[in-house]
Amino acid sequence: MASIFIQYSLVVLFLPLVAFLIQIFFGKRLPRQGDWVSIGAISITLVLAIIMFVRMIIEYDPGFKHEASFTWLDMGEFKIRLGFLVDNITVIMLLVVALISTCTHIFSTQYLKGDIRYSRYFAYLGLFTFSMNGIVLANNLMSMYMFWELVGVSSYLLIGHWFEKESAANASKKAFLTNRVGDIGFFIGIMILYSAIGSFAFSDIFDGVAKGLIAGSTLTIAGVGLFMGAMGKSSQFPLHIWLPDAMEGPTPVSALMHAATMVAAGVYLSVRIFPILTPDALLVVAYIGGFTAFFAATIAITQSDIKKVLAYSTVSQLGYMILAVGTGVYTAAFFHLLTHAMFKANLFYGSGSVIHAMHHALHEKHDHDTDPQDMHNMGGFKDKMPITYWSMLLSTMAIAGVPLFSGFLSKDAILAGTLSFAQHHPSHFLLPVFGFGAAAITAFYMFRMMFLTFHGEPKTPGIIDNIHESPKEMTGPLILLGTLSVFVWYTLPYLNPISTHGWFTDLVVPNDAAVPGNLTAKEIKAGAHHAHHLAMYLSIAVATIGIFLSWLTYIKKGLSPEAWSKRSGFLYDWSLNKYYFDENYNRYIYQPSLRLADKIAWVDWELYDKYFINGFGRLTNWVSKITGKFDFDVIDQIIVDGMGRITALAGRQLKTIQTGKLQNYLLYVTAGIIILMVIQSF
Amino acid sequence: MDQLNNYLFIAAALFSIGLFGVITRRNGIAVLMGVELILNSANLNFVAFSRFGGMNLDGHIFALIVIVLAAAEAAVALAIVINIYNNLNTINIDEASSMRE
Repeated sequence: MASIFIQYSLVVLFLPLVAFLIQIFFGKRLPRQGDWVSIGAISITLVLAIIMFVRMIIEYDPGFKHEASFTWLDMGEFKIRLGFLVDNITVIMLLVVALISTCTHIFSTQYLKGDIRYSRYFAYLGLFTFSMNGIVLANNLMSMYMFWELVGVSSYLLIGHWFEKESAANASKKAFLTNRVGDIGFFIGIMILYSAIGSFAFSDIFDGVAKGLIAGSTLTIAGVGLFMGAMGKSSQFPLHIWLPDAMEGPTPVSALMHAATMVAAGVYLSVRIFPILTPDALLVVAYIGGFTAFFAATIAITQSDIKKVLAYSTVSQLGYMILAVGTGVYTAAFFHLLTHAMFKANLFYGSGSVIHAMHHALHEKHDHDTDPQDMHNMGGFKDKMPITYWSMLLSTMAIAGVPLFSGFLSKDAILAGTLSFAQHHPSHFLLPVFGFGAAAITAFYMFRMMFLTFHGEPKTPGIIDNIHESPKEMTGPLILLGTLSVFVWYTLPYLNPISTHGWFTDLVVPNDAAVPGNLTAKEIKAGAHHAHHLAMYLSIAVATIGIFLSWLTYIKKGLSPEAWSKRSGFLYDWSLNKYYFDENYNRYIYQPSLRLADKIAWVDWELYDKYFINGFGRLTNWVSKITGKFDFDVIDQIIVDGMGRITALAGRQLKTIQTGKLQNYLLYVTAGIIILMVIQSF
Repeated sequence: MDQLNNYLFIAAALFSIGLFGVITRRNGIAVLMGVELILNSANLNFVAFSRFGGMNLDGHIFALIVIVLAAAEAAVALAIVINIYNNLNTINIDEASSMRE
């Protein structure tokens, strides 16, 4: 059945690819370097995504589902079917991708004005949007894996957009390689499931698990393997190291990929595969998510680069979502994905706007040494950039978990789930501690960022007069997404600011896990509902504490950050240096690997090449000399030349009977006839 | 029957003498004479078989054709001999061995 949703989503999928192809081949020759091609294509996808979304809202059916598939590979018994799945989650996700992607396209026209690879940048954005839509639409692990890798490639290309800068080139490499580590697990997980169930499609896998075709530790390993892919893409501990470095890419790219959509792919995958995760696998997921949420938040406190703060904040928020999947409230994870995509993309646009302004102001002053991304060089931008300020403030409220804003709802749902999980399993009390701790720290560092950037006295002399609000291509997305940080968009048709109840919870309802024996969706929901009020009070309390401390430190100056950083000793150092992860990875993983590679290269060159390969060459040489000798002396000299000699000899001998005298010939003929007659007569 | 044998013996003798002449004589004219003998031995056979084989005049007609043919052959062959003489100043056919090698 060719449903309109499938047709629309096919257009949504392939339109950015078409834009990519046009841009990559003809972009430079088109007027305005072809940005209108990309923007046009992405706007159409946005319109289609909105139409699909509206239709979904009109249908208002939680069981809404359209699926279409085709045989991609047919080798007798071995068939791979790929296909599309459009359900509520897909439609919402498509809208998020299309919306943020459109905003990014428009924002980039100003942010990358005059860039040397302007057209190629838009081409890669198209490639990314195509691949991301592919992940979202996949109804099976195989095509999801393909698009997963494509997303990795486009991330690599866009982080390395300014590849002349060595740090950017390294960051893109790091992002790509770190993702590979997770993807190995992903692939192993896929293969385990395929060998047990014989299909890549989600629905078949869920059926297979429900029937018990795969169970126990094998299923746990498969689940953890798939989750490893999510860990890589969603930048979870210990693979979190690439995301902060990925901020070397252009800021709109950070907003689109490394905040709103691509890194959310890991969460999306976890949400999709939730039904097959065993309790053990879920525990792994929960702890990794919870730990990441807390751990990344503690790093974000001390960072001074505005984008680094946001990057660690993203890691932390992704940890939240993963934690939510692990504790069973996976629809809350998706809800947080949705709200986070809006406010975090907005925060990145805001930071882009600030950096843009700083950059221009410093440029006016011919100052090329001051870091335009360092918050300690900013301050007092509030009145100069009101739109940026207010929209960022809305999003900061949202991420800090202030009531009336979107983040409050989704975070509350997650924390309630965590709390209820810990109430069922008191031994896992650390999970809500991570959750609430991270919430408090998040509120603190987000307001720290706001205060350092927009409040107080200007810290770099002489630039404040040159700080201007960004052009409307940049403020437009800011206003739009800032507005979307308000709770009301997510709870319609209800207007209760402290309840998540709304279209989202009506349409995205959790399914029971396919693993026999797991808690049912109803039990999880009842638990979360039970814990809801406690979680809400606690989260308001921790957010208030965080914001208050931040205000006390950076506005009231009641607490001196310098004194506190001295007093906290090594903790401050660890946080500032990101717990020395890069250094330790370098020392204990990269360097040993490089040394091992050196050793292996030595073995390869000194032993294998010199003795085996060269020895083989020498042996061949020697053998060929012998065979050459044999060929020349025996075959050529005796057999070939011998034939010639025999023929020549025979010729010489037989020549003598050719006397040229006819009578002789006649004599031979006569003699021959006589001989024949004699023979005949016998 | 015996009469036929006599004819055949004479024809065979003629053939042998002719062949012997063709093979051994050095003189070109003599070789031609040997050829004539061979042809005539054939004629003798034709006529003898025709006479004793009950084949009416078939053999005779063949013999006449052979005589005509022999005349033509003699003309051509003598012309060759004259040409050999013109070229080599001899009619010893052993000298006419330029075909060798």
